Amino acid sequence: MIARALLLILWLPVQAAAQGFAGLGTDADGFAVPTPNPVFDFPKDHGAHPDYRIEWWYLTANLTGPDGTAYGIQWTLFRSALAPETREGWSDPQVWFAHAAVTTPDSHLVAERIARGGIGQAGVTVEPFAVWIDDWQMAGPSFDEVRLTARGQAFAYDLGLQAKGPLVFHGEGGFSVKSAQGQASYYYSQPFYEVTGTLTLPTGDVAVTGSAWLDREWSSQPLADTQSGWDWFSLSFDSGDKLMGFLLREDDSMSFSSATWIAPDGTTTAYPDGAFTAKPMTWHKVAGREVPTEWAVQLRDKGIDVTVTALNPDAWMAVSIPYWEGPVTVQGSHNGRGYLELTGYE
Amino acid sequence: MIPTALTALLSHWRCNGLQFFAMIAGLALATALWSGVQAINAEARASYDAAAATLGEGQFDQLLPRTGDVIDQSTYIELRRAGWQVSPVLEGRLRTEAGSVRLVGLDPLTAPGTIAPVGMQEDANFDDFLTRGVLFAASDVAESLAATVTQRVIVDPSIAPGVALSDIGVAQTLLSAERTLSRLIIASAQPIGLPALSEVAPSLVRQPAQDTGADRLTDSFHLNLTAFGLLSFAVGIFIVHGTISLAFEQRRSMVRTLRALGVPINLLIAMMISELIAFALIAGGIGVAIGYVIAAALLPNVAATLQGLYGASVAGTLELRPEWWLSGMAIAVLGTGLAAAGALWKIAQMPLLASARPRAWAVASGGTAWRLGAIAALLFVVGIGIAIWGQGLTLAFALLACVLIGAALILPLVLHGAVGFANQRARAAMWQWFWADTRQQVPGMSLALMALLLATAANVGVSTMVSSFRVTFVDFLDQRLAPELFIRVEDEALSLELEAILLTQAREVLPLLSTETEIAGVPTDLFGVRVGPTYRENWLFLEETPNVWDRVEDGRAVVVSEQLARRADLWTGDRLVIAPNLMLPIAAIVADYGNPLGQALISEAVFHELYPDLVPMSFGVRSDDPTALRDRLTTEYGVPETAITDQSRIKAFSLGVFERTFTVTGALNILTLAVAAFAILMSLLTLASIRVPQLAPAWALGLTRRKLGQLELIRAVVLAMVTTLLAIPLGLMLAWVLLSYVNVEAFGWKLPMYLFPGHYALLTLFALLAAAFAALWPAIRLARTPPSNLLKVFANDR
Repeated sequence: MIARALLLILWLPVQAAAQGFAGLGTDADGFAVPTPNPVFDFPKDHGAHPDYRIEWWYLTANLTGPDGTAYGIQWTLFRSALAPETREGWSDPQVWFAHAAVTTPDSHLVAERIARGGIGQAGVTVEPFAVWIDDWQMAGPSFDEVRLTARGQAFAYDLGLQAKGPLVFHGEGGFSVKSAQGQASYYYSQPFYEVTGTLTLPTGDVAVTGSAWLDREWSSQPLADTQSGWDWFSLSFDSGDKLMGFLLREDDSMSFSSATWIAPDGTTTAYPDGAFTAKPMTWHKVAGREVPTEWAVQLRDKGIDVTVTALNPDAWMAVSIPYWEGPVTVQGSHNGRGYLELTGYE
Repeated sequence: MIPTALTALLSHWRCNGLQFFAMIAGLALATALWSGVQAINAEARASYDAAAATLGEGQFDQLLPRTGDVIDQSTYIELRRAGWQVSPVLEGRLRTEAGSVRLVGLDPLTAPGTIAPVGMQEDANFDDFLTRGVLFAASDVAESLAATVTQRVIVDPSIAPGVALSDIGVAQTLLSAERTLSRLIIASAQPIGLPALSEVAPSLVRQPAQDTGADRLTDSFHLNLTAFGLLSFAVGIFIVHGTISLAFEQRRSMVRTLRALGVPINLLIAMMISELIAFALIAGGIGVAIGYVIAAALLPNVAATLQGLYGASVAGTLELRPEWWLSGMAIAVLGTGLAAAGALWKIAQMPLLASARPRAWAVASGGTAWRLGAIAALLFVVGIGIAIWGQGLTLAFALLACVLIGAALILPLVLHGAVGFANQRARAAMWQWFWADTRQQVPGMSLALMALLLATAANVGVSTMVSSFRVTFVDFLDQRLAPELFIRVEDEALSLELEAILLTQAREVLPLLSTETEIAGVPTDLFGVRVGPTYRENWLFLEETPNVWDRVEDGRAVVVSEQLARRADLWTGDRLVIAPNLMLPIAAIVADYGNPLGQALISEAVFHELYPDLVPMSFGVRSDDPTALRDRLTTEYGVPETAITDQSRIKAFSLGVFERTFTVTGALNILTLAVAAFAILMSLLTLASIRVPQLAPAWALGLTRRKLGQLELIRAVVLAMVTTLLAIPLGLMLAWVLLSYVNVEAFGWKLPMYLFPGHYALLTLFALLAAAFAALWPAIRLARTPPSNLLKVFANDR
């Protein structure tokens, strides 16, 4: 309980000015701010950007067991800076926390970790590539070939990831606008990971294969202070095309949308506010609140008119700042699967 | 028709403003009692939890260095990188001008939930704590620190004396202990598939959590508090019932008139129900608010002290919780419903042309009292049956219900009997009239007196239970935490050396020699004790034979715990096989609340004969000045800071927390009595107008109004006296059922019950004062009744 309160404060580095979901709408004072036309420098940019307030390495995977059962896993490391600098030792203002989850059609297991930078308990190295907190890590010779591990009180996973396509940049070459007022983040993905490995569940080990999608994003004030949460979709169609789309909900029930269409070869089409639409169809009661777990999603330009349904509508992330995140199935004009993240539902 | 009928119904309240006030106030007070008890209950729970948490400073397993007193920070990182959920602690002495302060550095990001509470002031946030350096300390320490350190020092009264708390990084800097730690706390929840600790950190040794048994004691206390929460609910229902029935009785004539004018009975009843629900909600709302104010007044420093680490609010902080509102409203509506059901039923049954005289007259015959008495007898029989054959917690509560309701129902009969007895003894005509008149009044007042009975019984029960618990707990603390300091060694070789040092420094040194073994088939901790003043003075036994410690010291006897004795089916005097070639008689049985293991104590010498290789790894030390001794040990003899536990501090803190709860219980006593007094006041006021025709003849025969008023006062006190005398055994029985029956059902062991006669005498006095106070105003009113009113009785005489 205390850790939860602590985290709340962590999420809200400037408490008085905290706005939007998890304080992501706070002022950027002192921190660097994303600017248009970014020039990325890899592999350096796979690492941390401590002069920005927040950053994440956000991986989701749709997996299949030997008997055809669908599974989903999440592995996320967040960096939240109390000040735009790094220091050796405990006084480092960089705070790290991570969420891991396994979703099956009838269960959802979650774990959480928190650590401080500066002492080696959590961090990122670029060459060889490693992102870690405690014993959870995503590490390998390069960003394209990593091993992903995490474990909680009731689950563990150990997965090998191999990138089979290029990096994908959202918005204008990786500059992703998040509101009409111009809030933005740097945002790129690796949606082409192939996965093989093992899930350890309370019922035993399961060998799994599938695909994973890694999002890299950093910013200092990604949300406008009137935005209360977001609905984020990453969909992989059977045709090999992929779609990333999100809605940022405004306090006055308006929303700001953005989408990226990803062809099988990795070429992208970015769509401005309004092109991508998603409407809740079914609301599900979980953890004492109503969350939309079935959506009608459209992207007219690509003839997309699909229903996105949660594999397990109870995929509630009961962590310090709780949210909903879980695997989905896609049916309609196109079939496929993907991941859905829903935040800010009170 | 409806508006007209409604106006007529409501006009009753307009004409009887006092009664309206009485009903609303009665309901509100009953609700206030309930919600106040809920608040106090919550506070008591939180306090006990806090005490238990502090007592169990070692509530988590810990990792300590196998040698020395320093853990390299890299070992912590290795453990975390291996998946172990551990949290670092650094402790050390910080020199200030006013002496040295023990500085404790924690990592709030990884610390498990319930480490000692620290208040985070509004002007200090997490960011400050983590990166800029903030220290927390009680005010005296804070003052001396402020002159020494550059970091901001925040005063927090909840921090133990002589201690300052900071982030681990700040502690490392201040103690010049970069990259070192003192110990690691192991979180109770760990992920699956971890490598063994011995592989990851072979240089550390795991020290199991210390179990003081306090949490088991407090579990039992929580259960008893819950039982008293229910009891206060029952008292509340009685009071509400009294208010409503009396109010309804006066409206019987109006109901008859309205019906005669053509209002259907169903419509009338529906209107009365709606009216009641509206009143119940209003009164309930007022009551919850009053309850909150009472709780806030009783618990002034709750909100200030029970703030969790860094501002997180913890359970027990005084908040207006939804469950209070809801349960408060529920008791108001439920009580009203229960009370009104009977009254409405009677009205529905009332023949259209029946006399509208209030029923207080009708029930004046002893018949009702006998009927209630019969039900009470039945309840007692059921209760006795449960006590003999019943098992399980639910039945234990059923037993409580039988005893309480039975006692309440038998009250009118007891009062009749007492008054009848007095009547027979009375010689003077005036006293004969007084007793006869008192008997006449018993039915009208019996509900209020039942409330007084339950309130007083609850007070006696609460006091007995709480005080018994306190005595037990203090004894238990004295017994288990008698040595002011506990000092641990990690290395067998150092044991002798430390003992030699301690013997020169301390008043008494108690080596802790123990081993786990099996005695009489029961897994048991066998202790070798150095018998001295500490054992002789502090250990209390459930059962003992003469010269217990002398015989133990000489190796001629053994002391065993209740659990071991019961499971081995042995008692004092029986002989117990301790080891293959050692059989000793049991000299005494000691309570060891809920410990799953058995316990046996033999003398140090006998223990050494049995286990020559075992050396004590920790020592209890008696000292008059533990702080000074601790300083000497660490500075002069180099005993590591982390090896010393200051038990006197832990004990003082826990006792302080208990005292606060006891103050609160005292306030609760007064509150319940106040509510019962209000019920008496109300019934007397209601009866007053009915009684004028009865008093008028007595006045006409020469009794002055002043004398009549005095008699009125005496009557109330006499009835209250009889009720209270019945309440004391009832309260004791209540406490007995809770301590000896409910506790056994719930936890498998008895809490000893202690009696406090002085306290009961005081309670009786309070109850009588409350009754007298309640009767005062009606008596004065009576003494000032205009003679014309009394004369009117004869004018109206038919």
